[in-house]
Amino acid sequence: MVAAALTDGAVEIAPGVHWVGALDPHLRNFDIILKTANGTSYNAYVVRGENGVAIVDTVKENFADDFFRRLETVARYEEITTIVLNHLEPDHSGALPELLKRAPQAKVYLSSRAQMMLKALLKPTGEKAPEYIPVTTDDEVDLGGRTLRFLHTPYLHWPDTQCTYLVEDGVLFTGDIFGCHFCDARLFNDSVGDFRFSFEYYYAHIMRPFREYVLDAVALIEPLDLDLIAPAHGPILRHQPRDYVHRYRELATPRLFNEARSEKTLVVFYISAYGNTRRMAEALAAGAESIGGVRVSLYDLEGGESGIFTDLIEEADGLAFGSPTINADAVKPIWDVLSSLTTVNVKGKLGAAFGSYGWSGEAVRLIEDRLRGLKMRVPVEGLRIKLVPDAGELEQCRDLGESLARHLTGKVEHREIDMAALA
Amino acid sequence: MPKAKVTFQDIGVSVTVPAGTRLIEVSEKVGAGITYGCREGECCTCLTKIVSGGENLAPPSILEDQVLKDNMAPRGHRLACQAQILSGDIVVKPA
Repeated sequence: MVAAALTDGAVEIAPGVHWVGALDPHLRNFDIILKTANGTSYNAYVVRGENGVAIVDTVKENFADDFFRRLETVARYEEITTIVLNHLEPDHSGALPELLKRAPQAKVYLSSRAQMMLKALLKPTGEKAPEYIPVTTDDEVDLGGRTLRFLHTPYLHWPDTQCTYLVEDGVLFTGDIFGCHFCDARLFNDSVGDFRFSFEYYYAHIMRPFREYVLDAVALIEPLDLDLIAPAHGPILRHQPRDYVHRYRELATPRLFNEARSEKTLVVFYISAYGNTRRMAEALAAGAESIGGVRVSLYDLEGGESGIFTDLIEEADGLAFGSPTINADAVKPIWDVLSSLTTVNVKGKLGAAFGSYGWSGEAVRLIEDRLRGLKMRVPVEGLRIKLVPDAGELEQCRDLGESLARHLTGKVEHREIDMAALA
Repeated sequence: MPKAKVTFQDIGVSVTVPAGTRLIEVSEKVGAGITYGCREGECCTCLTKIVSGGENLAPPSILEDQVLKDNMAPRGHRLACQAQILSGDIVVKPA
């Protein structure tokens, strides 16, 4: 089998369209959060039209030499009229400052939200920002017989992300969408090794928190004639590219049918040393359940794994966390869950905290701060109860559950308060 | 000190605040659904719809105006981390 990218040259992926990227086979950890067992690639592309040449994305800065060497085999810098930036993360924009020096006449096309990032990226170079044009869905650039059409696909996985469609050839340049960290010089999905795990792993860690935006993007992409998908990392998808679009739709759709989809869902997680926080959790759950329209689930964190809980949390509308205070802190299983939520979107979900304590009871406030840090809303003050909850205190737990359920269902009564009372 | 009243429509809470208070100072304390990222007027995470009383907020700074424009914010929207309450009644909800 021919390893397409083993030479210094560009690799033609469609007539007049070349890969000019770089291979990074020895990278073992990407952006701190992702393992890369066989490295990654930084894919950049050249599109030649009758009236000009477009560069789509660049590579990580320390691979710029590879990029320019390949680029020079298929285009001269003075021919470059267009630079498309689908995503400005440094692994794709690292060679941009140098490219702008070599092709100062080129106009840069990028999403509206990329403009401030471009300025920030060029700051250290002291260079004036190039002429740039913010674009959105259906905006086009005519290269002469070849048309680049833009698709506004934000938050995949930065606010700036977009896709670019080469209309006449059915080639879609997707930035990080449909990408993966998989380094194989054979380049194409029907030639490289088995990269299915890498594709799904990448989705799970990079795209999953933005699944609503994934579905929006997929809806824009599905109607296109697709001959080839050219992502910014990993194999170029020329064999059955539509399968990968379909797979993204599957991955962004909840796995199980939700019988309670007409109701709001509240998941109550707790951990308890002597049963006191457990009794609080049970009373809270019962209170929430007593308000119609809320499906309540109760989970002991000791009985599960954070991966499973992450799935539950992703689907829930509201979350309550119960923890005792041990040595002035919430206990580790709580933090394990609350520190593993970067792969799902919890922004705007309702959150609450509660717990029994023996001495100082810091856990509840610490959990509330974390929930706010995760961009959840915490409209009801948490409940701290000293040691064993009595009947009256369990009633307070029920009230907390009822209040949470009312917030979830929009049944909360209007309140008027003075800011001084909020201190 | 002059007072104003801001209502967070999503949670049904009205708060009487001293003039000069920023929305961010109140919304988190009452648990409104407005969420924050950078908290310094850059990321647009706290984009907020001003349902009514927009004239009772201090006008946006040049920076806030630019961020709203860059993020294609619809009319009647402000950044809660920047918007300063001056007087009267204001009703807001998450964008």
